[in-house]
Amino acid sequence: MTEFFQGALGYGFGWFVATAILILMIVLPLLLAVAMIIYADRKIWAAIALRRGPNVVGPFGLLQSFADGLKVFLQETIIPSSANRGLFLIAPIITFTVALIAWAVIPFGETMVLANINVGLLYILAASSLGVYGVVIAGWASNSKYPFYSALRAAAQMVSYEVSIGFVLLAVVMWSGSFNLQTIITTQQGHILGFINGFGFNPLIFPMAVVFLISAMAETARTPFDLTEAESELVAGYQTEYSSMSFALFWLGEYANVVLMCALNAILFWGGWLPPIDWAPLYAVPGIVWLSLKILIFFFIFSWVKATVPRYRYDQLMRLGWKIFLPFSLIWVFVISGYLMLTRYEGMF
Amino acid sequence: MTVHAFAFYVFATLVVASGALTILARNPVHSVLWLILAFFNGAGLMLLVGAEFIAMLLVIVYVGAVAVLFMFVVMMLDIDFAEMRAGFTRYLPFGLLIAAVLLAEMILAAGVWSLGETGVDARLEPVDPSLPNIEAIGRALYDRYLLVFEGAGIVLLVAMVGAIVLTHRDRSGTRPQNVASQIRRRPEDATRNTQPEVGEGIEL
Repeated sequence: MTEFFQGALGYGFGWFVATAILILMIVLPLLLAVAMIIYADRKIWAAIALRRGPNVVGPFGLLQSFADGLKVFLQETIIPSSANRGLFLIAPIITFTVALIAWAVIPFGETMVLANINVGLLYILAASSLGVYGVVIAGWASNSKYPFYSALRAAAQMVSYEVSIGFVLLAVVMWSGSFNLQTIITTQQGHILGFINGFGFNPLIFPMAVVFLISAMAETARTPFDLTEAESELVAGYQTEYSSMSFALFWLGEYANVVLMCALNAILFWGGWLPPIDWAPLYAVPGIVWLSLKILIFFFIFSWVKATVPRYRYDQLMRLGWKIFLPFSLIWVFVISGYLMLTRYEGMF
Repeated sequence: MTVHAFAFYVFATLVVASGALTILARNPVHSVLWLILAFFNGAGLMLLVGAEFIAMLLVIVYVGAVAVLFMFVVMMLDIDFAEMRAGFTRYLPFGLLIAAVLLAEMILAAGVWSLGETGVDARLEPVDPSLPNIEAIGRALYDRYLLVFEGAGIVLLVAMVGAIVLTHRDRSGTRPQNVASQIRRRPEDATRNTQPEVGEGIEL
């Protein structure tokens, strides 16, 4: 497609137009998926609590998220008089934008990737480490006590869990030998016994996959770790003073982040767009279907946990991050690198 | 002007502007935010010269971790601006002195670099250009400069241990959660099923 536009519009401008169209082709389905996944989250949550969940708007309540979107769109944007106006409005935009930019490097199929860069995983780590700024700036700019507490909690929480996420990613990178997401996926082909695709089935990597899943929940502030918006202590956390579209941007950004973390789980440990078993007929199904299926499975796990597990206390959260996950992932990186040294680099000794 | 040059001037202007605003902003939180913007544009400049690994690390380490901690601290400060401005003339000579030393060092470094023995080509492309960024850095760090690199690691470890020792205080009287004992506790140890007579009550 890029060549077509470059032929028609000249090299530079053609590239620009083609990339803009590709970005829209990722962002629009993504936002649609986020709207539907919010509905799915509410339905799963309701089913586990033996409720019906949204069932009025549209068939089975399918249009609930769009009705909610329209509602917040029509609301008045309230800016507290003592808030720091500029930063107050920038904060939700940062959250939303940062949640979307990471999708630029996610591979949806063998050739379906917007930016196939050789530091793709680091790019995702960089983008996800920026997510905290939206929350921190919102909490500070609101000039209100509860959002401020929430901002402090968010800052400490995300920095803590990023450390162990870094070690988990390191384990995957060591095994596949690349930071490029496509290479990480293709090295998973036939990883187990020559026919099962996915690092996650490897007993040496499986513990890391578990650590990553839990850390991903902490990183996106999902329920067992949602201390940043704990309604029993902090009203609504950093979102307390927000209304209308600025609130909706937080909301969408948060779910886009959750979907991103599910996608990362699928890509790093369960083969991404590869079918689960390395068997030729399964490759007839497009890769994007497999990736979406895996994302949905992980999203189901996320909502399942949200519906069943009570919220952690803050000291418990810190204890889990620093005293359990960090030493464990550090030792496990050591174990995995030792194993790889023994099996892969025989000439080294 | 090519796209490359345009991008360079955009990034460079923004780095300088946000750097200036970092020291000119009256609110310390705004200062930190300008600093973050400066880091970002610095990362952009790194990307332009083809050092994508350094660019990503700059964002991950400085923007994602160091600046978050800066913000954490600065947000909680209660600063009296009048008092801060009163000290300005007192500290001005020291500030100027430090600035002069830094300027002299920069001129010295640039001078030595341009007079050095390495040829211009070798300086522009110090490593094999076909090697990916990460691999080239890995070769330099873990091969040629292994001892220096490990030495730096040990220095950092000592600094970390030192910081913990200096700030750690033993608080007595706290009752931290003992997860193991909580899990070991069985319902039989904690509960008792009794059928007391009416009006008798039970002994605990």
